[in-house]
Amino acid sequence: MNRLALAAVLLTSVGGWTAAPLVAETLRVEPGEGAGERLQEALILAAPGDVIELGAGRFALTDGLSLDVDGVTVRGAGMDTTVLDFTGQQGAGEGLLVTSDNVTLRDFAVENPKGDGIKSKGADQIIYHGLRVEWTGGPKASNGAYGIYPVESMNVLVQDNYVRGASDAGIYVGQSENIIVRRNRVFENVAGIEIENSNHAEVTENLATRNTGGILVFDLPGLPKVGGGSVLIARNAVIDNNTDNFAPEGNIVASVPAGTGVMVMANRQVHIQQNALVNNGTAHILLTVYSRDFSDERYEPRPVDILVSGNIYGRAGFAPDIPGGADLTSALGGDLPAIITDGRHQDLKVWDLQPVLSLGLTEMRQAFDQANPAVTVPDIPQIFPPVASLSVSLPKEMEARLK
Amino acid sequence: MRQATLLALSFALLMASIAGARTPASVNDVAVLDGMARNLSEYRFFVLPQTQAPARDVHPYALSTPLWSDGADKLRFIYLPQGTRLTADGEGLLQFPVGAAIIKTFAFGEGADRRLIETRVLLHRADGWTALPYRWNDEQTEATLALTGGRVELVTPAGEAISYAIPNKNQCKGCHAKDGAVIPIGPKARNLSASWLGDMAKAGWLDHVPDGADTLPDWRAHATGAAAPLARAYLDVNCAHCHQPGGAASNSGLDLRWEQDGDHAVGIMKRPVAAGRGAGVHDFSILPGQPDRSILLYRMNSAEPGIAMPELGKSSIDKQGVAVVRRWIAEMEAK
Repeated sequence: MNRLALAAVLLTSVGGWTAAPLVAETLRVEPGEGAGERLQEALILAAPGDVIELGAGRFALTDGLSLDVDGVTVRGAGMDTTVLDFTGQQGAGEGLLVTSDNVTLRDFAVENPKGDGIKSKGADQIIYHGLRVEWTGGPKASNGAYGIYPVESMNVLVQDNYVRGASDAGIYVGQSENIIVRRNRVFENVAGIEIENSNHAEVTENLATRNTGGILVFDLPGLPKVGGGSVLIARNAVIDNNTDNFAPEGNIVASVPAGTGVMVMANRQVHIQQNALVNNGTAHILLTVYSRDFSDERYEPRPVDILVSGNIYGRAGFAPDIPGGADLTSALGGDLPAIITDGRHQDLKVWDLQPVLSLGLTEMRQAFDQANPAVTVPDIPQIFPPVASLSVSLPKEMEARLK
Repeated sequence: MRQATLLALSFALLMASIAGARTPASVNDVAVLDGMARNLSEYRFFVLPQTQAPARDVHPYALSTPLWSDGADKLRFIYLPQGTRLTADGEGLLQFPVGAAIIKTFAFGEGADRRLIETRVLLHRADGWTALPYRWNDEQTEATLALTGGRVELVTPAGEAISYAIPNKNQCKGCHAKDGAVIPIGPKARNLSASWLGDMAKAGWLDHVPDGADTLPDWRAHATGAAAPLARAYLDVNCAHCHQPGGAASNSGLDLRWEQDGDHAVGIMKRPVAAGRGAGVHDFSILPGQPDRSILLYRMNSAEPGIAMPELGKSSIDKQGVAVVRRWIAEMEAK
């Protein structure tokens, strides 16, 4: 007897019900009549260690789903085969919400959620693997904000997923620690991947293309966790991120210029290494301060300790979407340099043979139109001094779960 | 621990029955303390379920400023086992003994047309609070456990036809969780009347009447009362269970608790973090003097999933709440 049936029997009997199985079970849920209720019931009645297996096909869902049991795996038959379809969603802020630890989500799709796609909050050791989150109508301001959205978590692995159409960030990791975002494909989002107010993050081997901005590393003031940093952006393909910004105004990503490859705002210690940066119309790498008002004493608004090295550079700066961009292009007689800083960074090391355009801003609150631009050629050391490795290690158990 | 509690309770019940039961109906303490009763009637909270006439030791109460749920009429009760009592903790949440329960029935319609839709129970057990939703049948004779929640088509008092959402067990926790543990939200001393607290204390069901009674304004004065206390009470009761440190929306940095006195924390000139299209085209949660440019009001004033706040328990717009918060923001000195 599977546990659902057992629970049903126990519920009809007088006795109590305890969620302490001796053996982990596999609960199978197929699409069809009442799929939403059956799936939510499985998510509630699952015990730690259980696998919830989603059958192939399309699950038509009217309400958000949630999981609050530790150690559960939710597994579909593949990101193109098992589809949780939220087109008819009537409530909740996301498609699937996870609030428990050691959860594995893999091999299914979430389509057209009204808010965020999959959110996990305070969910440590979570794995997102082989998932597809997609707003199938492509870029639209009416799409949900985040596709894959872990927040306030420790040890996060986001690997081999596909996200398209998010009106904020395809993959957004916020206020978290110890993060790997690896081998994902992010298409036609405002931000492809965004690491915000987080520490010890590795963003590697991803393909970010046709977003407004490919990969963003941001830190914002006034949140429970501030002081983001120690972020490695390496071996990614960041190509052709020139989609017009379609984020609803007011959101911080609405200020991201179209044509941005990698953007760092605030943060301490970010290494941008060995990426292929191709055909991003504003800049391949853009560094800015957080220039708005804040009253958070913990907060460092500048990008500090930034290393750029070993990247491959395709064409950039041919359509700069920044105030005065056209003037800059004509003043410089062609494409802007691939690396642009607003000038207010601290400790920027560029070890690539690339000119750097500084807008020459010095005061925190200066706007871009007060720029005093200058192009400099970086001073590359003959022998590179050793740099700290920002690679992230997750608990071995996590990588083992994907075997 | 649990056994000792059960023993103590059994003893208390025995003494009560020896003392000559005042009414035959008494609550089923075993069901309160363990398991997931399939039917609401198993708890025996009500003498007559249809009328919601409470059983012995089940005490009706009301809140000065209540949580709005699509205009549902709410019938609230606290059950305290014989020999136990509530402990006051300043203006905050009353402390409940193990074995206690909080029962809230949601109804729509007036008089003979009243229909009970759902009853939510919070059961205080040895290992903490358990939240369970029960859905009433069409005959109005019984409510059955609805672990996965459900939807009911109905017409609100405002005349809107909506798909009313009964929360599932996880969604119960969504609002009732703080730092991972389930807790009650409503019965804070500041949101209870001095007279109710006085009566409870006099009858021995409450250790003392705490300071803080009658602190939140009486929502029935929403149209004419001072806007600031009404708005802050409304936000505390309707929003702060998520929007506070340790709550489900802690990552937003927005803290709407009554006791929060930081301007930025309650949203004044606070920029959105993860609001997405919920921000509308606005830059700040609250822009003083500009209710129509404030995200907080924009989201209250929407019923569209992905924009609407609260995310749960709301399928239509609370026009009274919107009017009060609008008045409050409009009165603020523009920056």
